[in-house]
Amino acid sequence: MTAEVQVVDGPEVTSRLDNWAGARATSGAGLRGTRPGARRLLRDRSMTFLIVASVVLTLVPVIWILAQILMKGGSAMSWTFLTHSTPFSMMKQGGGFLNGLIGTAIMVVLASVVSIPLGILGAVYVVEYGKGNWLAKLIRFFSDVMTGVPSIFVGVFVYTALVVKFKYGAIMGAASLALIMMPIIVRSSEEMLKLVPSELKDASHALGAAKWQTITKVVLPSAAPGLTTGAMLAVARAAGETAPLIMTALGSLQLVTKLAGSPISSLTLLILNGAGQAFEAAQARAWAGALELLVIVLVFTVLARVFASRSRLTR
Amino acid sequence: MGPSDSSSSILSADRWKRKGAGRGADSLFAFLAGGCGVLVLLALAYMVISTTRTALPAFRAEGLSFVTGSNWDPSNGSYQILPFIYGTVVTSVIALILAVPMSVGVALFLTEYAPKWLRAPIEYAVDLLAAVPSVVYGLWGLWVVLPYVLRPVSDFLARYLGFVPIFAGPSTGLSYFAAGIILSIMITPIITSLSREIFRSVPSADRHAAYALGATRWEMIKEAVLPRSRGGVVGATMLGLGRALGETIVVAMLIGNNPVINLSIFKPGGSIAGAIANGWGEATGIQISALVGAGVVLFVITIIVNMVARAIVYRFNRA
Repeated sequence: MTAEVQVVDGPEVTSRLDNWAGARATSGAGLRGTRPGARRLLRDRSMTFLIVASVVLTLVPVIWILAQILMKGGSAMSWTFLTHSTPFSMMKQGGGFLNGLIGTAIMVVLASVVSIPLGILGAVYVVEYGKGNWLAKLIRFFSDVMTGVPSIFVGVFVYTALVVKFKYGAIMGAASLALIMMPIIVRSSEEMLKLVPSELKDASHALGAAKWQTITKVVLPSAAPGLTTGAMLAVARAAGETAPLIMTALGSLQLVTKLAGSPISSLTLLILNGAGQAFEAAQARAWAGALELLVIVLVFTVLARVFASRSRLTR
Repeated sequence: MGPSDSSSSILSADRWKRKGAGRGADSLFAFLAGGCGVLVLLALAYMVISTTRTALPAFRAEGLSFVTGSNWDPSNGSYQILPFIYGTVVTSVIALILAVPMSVGVALFLTEYAPKWLRAPIEYAVDLLAAVPSVVYGLWGLWVVLPYVLRPVSDFLARYLGFVPIFAGPSTGLSYFAAGIILSIMITPIITSLSREIFRSVPSADRHAAYALGATRWEMIKEAVLPRSRGGVVGATMLGLGRALGETIVVAMLIGNNPVINLSIFKPGGSIAGAIANGWGEATGIQISALVGAGVVLFVITIIVNMVARAIVYRFNRA
């Protein structure tokens, strides 16, 4: 590959170097072979321009979406919004997304309680026990595959497996969120556990600790900040999920705290609902909800970064 | 490890064994951990079985025309999802065409151009795009980007490029194009971060060699960085494609939910995930079965794309 440079551009490159040297020395005209050098420089400059342009174009939506949420969400945000449920009439002013906040909190907590321990244990198996055997490889590969499963399909699955028997409710929503979180946690925990130095494990074994003791007393504590990072990112992802909740939690305008048997709302479902309304009051609530949701998601994302920076394990 | 000649020593393995922490507990723990791993596999297997079973009535009623026919008309009992498959693919392709060059550009900027102090802020900003929930993108896309940018742009393109069938006007606002553009913003972070890692893994000796031969920065990138990264970038693109294919809410909000195949990207269409999300509320009986079946088709498509992507990335990582 690099040889190609030499062969194809050999003479040209030499003249190019002449140009550099010459330009520095005299910065005057009359240098031989300026043409190809100029062409190549132009090409280099225009690629630099395109690449910088792509960065600017990528940053535009970041700033734009944040500014819009802060402006529109901020102007609709109020104490009333945070502490009241959604009015039954979409046209009505006032009210808020407390019902959604409670629903999101219940479902995300339930999902975390199940998926975080299971995910971490799964990763422990892959890293500590499996050590490249076929089962560990299979788990790894399919965790990867599962992170790519569309979240709406997870919702459809929970519907066919559970909702048809047990009705819409918080537990159903939580089940779909747990299924989305689990592979994320397995994969991120696996990366973290791999970083635990084997000297640490050897020392523990040398002290006579059994494998499970080494894992619970040495491996997991030293990987804890990293494991927390993965868990926080999974929580942030789950809190922002909408699609799977449509066919599991269904949504409700009332404040629901029951875990099963009655449809429950989430912030995301209420935003979706408000966004589809032509009434200004409903849209204002959706924007305020977007601000509320974004703050929650960003808090967990930032927490994840804080824990990540605390981790003393390095590659 | 060795023979425990000094049972009083702290280092003795017997100390632990006497507390009942022997092999029994160890294998129990191994079993527990293994069980959790297997749970992932079982969940995936059960997903396929359970959904396919529910979708069977629709599959049986329509046969192969479920995926090859384009007549979606629930009120007349016709459930053919080709228009949705078409919309899912078209929006994802639009998203990729825009997102791949942008992401590769940003990744190249971060690895080859940016001064150190600029790297972290840009990386944070791009990661921020990944953190925004899709329903927020939908809200923003529908009420801000659509009226102020997408609508005028598609009107403009349709006016001047309308003689090409895929750009035929008049544009309708909600369209494949609108959904594809917002999707492209959503998949930019994943392609960027993967490409960044890939470019970063190119040995700096290669870069220095290219520079030593007198290459300009772009020539160095073209001859030293890109050839080594091609496989990885293709893998990253495929993962971005997988994300775009499965994205529901943004597409459901912006594509227009029209169950027909429109050749022009400025016309409204439908997507698989969007059809499921929008149709769920009022669906009953065999229509639910058909929506679940559409989900199975989406699952199969994304799984194939993801497995191919993973295979490429794995192979690339090993090399």
